[in-house]
Amino acid sequence: MAWDWEFTGRIIPDLLSGLVVTVQATVLGYALALVLGLAVALVRRVPVVGPLLHAVMEFIRCTPLLVQLVFVFTLAPGGISAFTIGFLVLGVHYAAYTAEVYRSGIEGVPPGQWEASRALSLPAHRTWGAVVLPQAVRRVIPALGNYLIAMFKDTPLLFAITVGELMYQASRIGGVYFRYLEAMTLVGLFFLLVSVPSAVLIRRLERRYAAV
Amino acid sequence: MPQSDLLPGGAPGAGGPLIRFDGVVKRFGANTVLDELDFTVDAGERVTLIGPSGSGKTTILRLLMTLEKVTGGVIWVNGEPLSHMRGKGGLVRAGEKHQREVRKRIGMVFQQFNLFPNMTVRQNVTEGPIHSLGVSRDEANQRAEELLDLVGLGEKIDAHPTRLSGGQQQRVAIARALAMRPEILLLDEVTSALDPELVSGVLDVLRGIAESTDITMLCVTHEMHFARDVSHRVLMFDQGKIVEEGPPEQIFGDPREERTRTFLHAVLDHG
Amino acid sequence: MEFFIDRFPLYLSGAGVTLTITLIGAALAFVLAMAVGVLGTMRNPVARGVATFYTETFRGIAALVLMYWMAFAIPQLTPYEFDPMFAAILALGLNIGAYGAEVVRGAVNAVPRAQIEATIALNMSWARRTWSVVLPQAWAQMLPTFGNLVIELMKATAIVSLIGVTDLTRVAQEQRSATGETILAFSSALVMYFVIAQALILGVRLLERRANRRLGRAPEGGSGLLALLRPPPVTATGGGR
Ligand SMILES: Nc1ncnc2c1ncn2[C@@H]1O[C@H](COP(=O)(O)OP(=O)(O)O)[C@@H](O)[C@H]1O
Ligand SMILES: [Mg+2]
Repeated sequence: MAWDWEFTGRIIPDLLSGLVVTVQATVLGYALALVLGLAVALVRRVPVVGPLLHAVMEFIRCTPLLVQLVFVFTLAPGGISAFTIGFLVLGVHYAAYTAEVYRSGIEGVPPGQWEASRALSLPAHRTWGAVVLPQAVRRVIPALGNYLIAMFKDTPLLFAITVGELMYQASRIGGVYFRYLEAMTLVGLFFLLVSVPSAVLIRRLERRYAAV
Repeated sequence: MPQSDLLPGGAPGAGGPLIRFDGVVKRFGANTVLDELDFTVDAGERVTLIGPSGSGKTTILRLLMTLEKVTGGVIWVNGEPLSHMRGKGGLVRAGEKHQREVRKRIGMVFQQFNLFPNMTVRQNVTEGPIHSLGVSRDEANQRAEELLDLVGLGEKIDAHPTRLSGGQQQRVAIARALAMRPEILLLDEVTSALDPELVSGVLDVLRGIAESTDITMLCVTHEMHFARDVSHRVLMFDQGKIVEEGPPEQIFGDPREERTRTFLHAVLDHG
Repeated sequence: MEFFIDRFPLYLSGAGVTLTITLIGAALAFVLAMAVGVLGTMRNPVARGVATFYTETFRGIAALVLMYWMAFAIPQLTPYEFDPMFAAILALGLNIGAYGAEVVRGAVNAVPRAQIEATIALNMSWARRTWSVVLPQAWAQMLPTFGNLVIELMKATAIVSLIGVTDLTRVAQEQRSATGETILAFSSALVMYFVIAQALILGVRLLERRANRRLGRAPEGGSGLLALLRPPPVTATGGGR
């Protein structure tokens, strides 16, 4: 059975609607990962609570996202949509990575900067908000960008919990028409179309900002 | 040190000089480092290159070792063009195969030793003979032992290079270069990276090699006593040109050029 | 606890499948990474082009999509049908191999120029130089990131449960539907995944130590056993899936 262009044309609208969901899940999940990761990186510096939180994040980071998704989806009460669960789990999972990125960024701020803040008797919120974090975040922009691409490429896993993203649409089409070739190939192409240019962009960012 | 057959000797050139720089030009971008440089070195001759930093001495050695490519002109080694080969209607740029053939005659010792940290001293010294020259493992090992004895490191043969002092590492590097039985040995400021108390050990090894063999040496150094003791001829460089050349007694005792005088003054004041 | 003890053999066999896919996939990824990574450091533009094409393509497509494509699109295109396990291993190996190739390329390019010049002075051939000087020195630098990639690979193997391979994830789902014990069924699997991950981290850490010792470097973070238990560094290469 060879490639069918007419069929390809017919399934593109469905796939595009899936792509919209994919992008939505990525954006929401990533926003959560950015915020939660920073919070984790800061709380990690607190005694007792910090190491405990770190252990939890380590556990999340060392176990499969797919299992976490299915686990939470199965446990969650009926009222919450699969999409909500999807981007929440995605965000928490990736927070385990972004937290480490922020941490290395914070540790990379030269000790002189802390000493200078002390010398100026800056209050803690100014030291962090005006001195340390702006420098740390700048250094980690490329690394964070890499995780955006990585997360985008992980969204197909959401189809396992029936989120109507790209992969879900493709496998639904495949199941209905008993044709997987066109839909699956298009999904691969869509991913390439987004991943390759964004990888180029990240490399530019890496050149612009000091890499961690 | 007795004359030994352990060390290679300079093969008689095909009538002419062993090394010949023929209008050699070397540019890095817009920076012309060597401008139409001509000089020759005879087989068995030991020549020291002196001159201020940036005058192109290292570049000359690196060109000979084929670590850099000439921008213009030709370098001849034993009558063979080094960076070129005879092609139809004249000389063409040499391919890798030709370069490897000519390179067999040349060995180099670097300022920073450049020993391989993933190998023991023995492996450093036998790697080239076994895999570049096709010498048997037994023969390479035996030669490594002899050469390491010669540089006074016989008992360090199975040590790791990072466990050795700088002076010891440099002596291993000398043994490694000699293990390839080169006709020409290039030495680029081989003691500059060493702590002062380690310098004389390395220089003594080189003196021994100079006395006991007729290997051709091109040596860049700021150790003027050493240069006076071992070299037949000294070339004084400035801005990629030979300012003055002559036997060491003349260059160090009675320099003719003002530039040589001020340079020697500056070096001897600080040395 | 009783839940877990009763079903331990089931989970263990699932973990065995997971580990098998991980190790074979890692072996495939390793070979690809080395070959393509070295290609990417060559001067020949064709070699570099091949390397770039491979890394950009297989990093760009998620292993899950690739696996589905091989399992469902290939039979439609050709008379052949892949065994699901084979499709999974191939997809994971190709995907992680692409990340690994970039690691190899970076590590090879980071070997000091002076070391290369020493090999030229010893008249070594390109092949000999690469094999006996460049790769052994780059190896120590590759290992930490390889360690992260192996963990990513191990986690990504869970996708095989979606095409009918009875791995750890599949066992957990079957036990959940059989018993209705969602929390026990899944957390047992998660704990086993975590244990496998820790074992892999420890293994790579030991390799790292050996590699550094060979280069005459002191192991990072001290030499005691405790140093092995350091949390692994996170590399910024991004998820290997
Ligand atoms: N790889 C290179 N790229 C650009 N310029 C170089 C390079 N190597 C040497 N040069 C330049 O060539 C000139 C001569 O350098 P060198 O031969 O090292 O001098 P010397 O050994 O006499 O100190 C210097 O101006 C140096 O900056
Ligand atoms: Mg120099």
